[in-house]
Amino acid sequence: MIVSIADNIISPLGMTSEENYEAVKAGRSALHRYEDLWNLPEAFTASLMDRETVEDAFAALPVEKEYTFFEKIVLLSASRAIKRAGIDPSSERVLFILSTTKGNVFLLDKRETGFPQERVLLGVAARQMTDYFHNPNAPIVVSNACISGVCAQIEAIRNLQSGHYDYVVVAGADMQSAFIVSGFQSFKALSPESCKPFDAQRCGLNLGEAAATVVLARRDTVTENDWVLCRGAIRNDANHISGPSRTGEGSYRALKVALGSMNPDRIAFINAHGTATLYNDEMESIAIERAGLAQVSVNAMKGYYGHTMGAAGVLESILSMCAIDDHNILATKGFDTLGVSHPLLLSNQNQTTEKKAFIKLLSGFGGCNAALLFAKGVEL
Amino acid sequence: MIQHFVHITPEFAFVDGKALNHNEKGAALLTELYRAHIGDYPKFFKMDTLSKLGFVASELLLQAEGELRFEPREDRAVVLFNRSASLQADTNFQATIQDPENFFPSPAAFVYTLANIVTGEIAIRNKYYGETSFIVLERQQPQVMAQQALAAFLDPMTESLISGWLDCEDENHFEAAIFLLKKGQYDNAETVSKEITKIFNIKY
Repeated sequence: MIVSIADNIISPLGMTSEENYEAVKAGRSALHRYEDLWNLPEAFTASLMDRETVEDAFAALPVEKEYTFFEKIVLLSASRAIKRAGIDPSSERVLFILSTTKGNVFLLDKRETGFPQERVLLGVAARQMTDYFHNPNAPIVVSNACISGVCAQIEAIRNLQSGHYDYVVVAGADMQSAFIVSGFQSFKALSPESCKPFDAQRCGLNLGEAAATVVLARRDTVTENDWVLCRGAIRNDANHISGPSRTGEGSYRALKVALGSMNPDRIAFINAHGTATLYNDEMESIAIERAGLAQVSVNAMKGYYGHTMGAAGVLESILSMCAIDDHNILATKGFDTLGVSHPLLLSNQNQTTEKKAFIKLLSGFGGCNAALLFAKGVEL
Repeated sequence: MIQHFVHITPEFAFVDGKALNHNEKGAALLTELYRAHIGDYPKFFKMDTLSKLGFVASELLLQAEGELRFEPREDRAVVLFNRSASLQADTNFQATIQDPENFFPSPAAFVYTLANIVTGEIAIRNKYYGETSFIVLERQQPQVMAQQALAAFLDPMTESLISGWLDCEDENHFEAAIFLLKKGQYDNAETVSKEITKIFNIKY
């Protein structure tokens, strides 16, 4: 069995998983409106890290070289999770997987001159992380658009199952920049205000930045407090490179594999992608119903953090584990009136639960979708 | 051994170790190959170079396999590796936002700024509902590629895999070295790694 033994979230809402969970439980959102930032002609709403807070926290790490902001949040999150896990990151039995979509892409801007151009390469950025921890293995970067964070955990599960490694550190992160914001603006995908997942008035997503890390390990037996990563799957819509499938094809198929033969009654909630774009949320409602999960509660975190891209799959999995530890189904912030054609059980209030399992669902450009089943204290 | 493999660079194109005739080099070679061997998929012309490379290479690979095409299936995965992610598309998109006086970010350019788009292009063309993944490495590492490719068979439905190297720095610097792998064909990464190394280093 594959279990999560430690985690961390670095975000505008806190520097530990607990701080983040408590902030979200209290209904705090990190979304703010930014005008004239990064020379962008259009204002946007996003969840951005305070640079100074990150610098202060980073100053406590023993470093010998210069790191980019992106690398700093990765190192901060990974080092805190590793410390908690109590593992030796320099062991050849430890594999590092980085989940990111754009890494140091800001370095392509000709005005950025402080770092060698090669750091824009994701493998080179990931090497900063393994070098920092003196890890001898080649770092693996999972770059599968918005589903990267779940794909990276699925990769980790497989690498542990195959026995090549004893521990896998999965760090997910993305920083925002003019590159990403203007790209999503050109797509008309951004909401000018805080996003409204699954709501009738939803009009687009917000972007966010964060780093989140889980440390996974293989176990022969599990205790009641262990979080087990039971099953995951990645499936393609085979439909369109930027538009979600109208039949929810890939998400439906990924959900079916993640669910396996288990009874859906055991699932506390599906933590959906819920970007609050018209088409994504509609697609998810179709996929969830097709998978026979319409009676399971659904929530989404984008109203607190925006879309944190490469971090999202890891961050949202951690928050969901924290929520079940607290017998809670987190509220979907920004949601008010159901605005998808297939009825889903959503709430903008926290709700109690005694159930011990959840499914993390994601979808992304390239038609990719991923689902991963987590269960506490038992393999389902 | 690996039966079907395709190796394309700006200078040559080989299928299962046999050279394809061509006159062009660089990105023009991909268009020439498309016209000579494919020709029925105009979406090709909208793609960025990485996707064109992946599309042409996968078409040639699947033609070599010779099985029934375009039937919906969930048992075939596409797991590709490279070094540059979507660097060429990134550089092109950056050029559209570099100058504040001439700021024109294009959605058509932005969509290709993700390495995994090419896996979606291959899935769409072939109606593959199976797993699609893109993994970025620091350099060509056959051992790592072999390990991660074999790991994909731990999915309960995956029976075969289009995998390999698919890298594009720009229109004149790219390399596809992709192959078909079947479940159970190899049980250890060491053997697959040797096969991958052979494909990279084959002397034509």
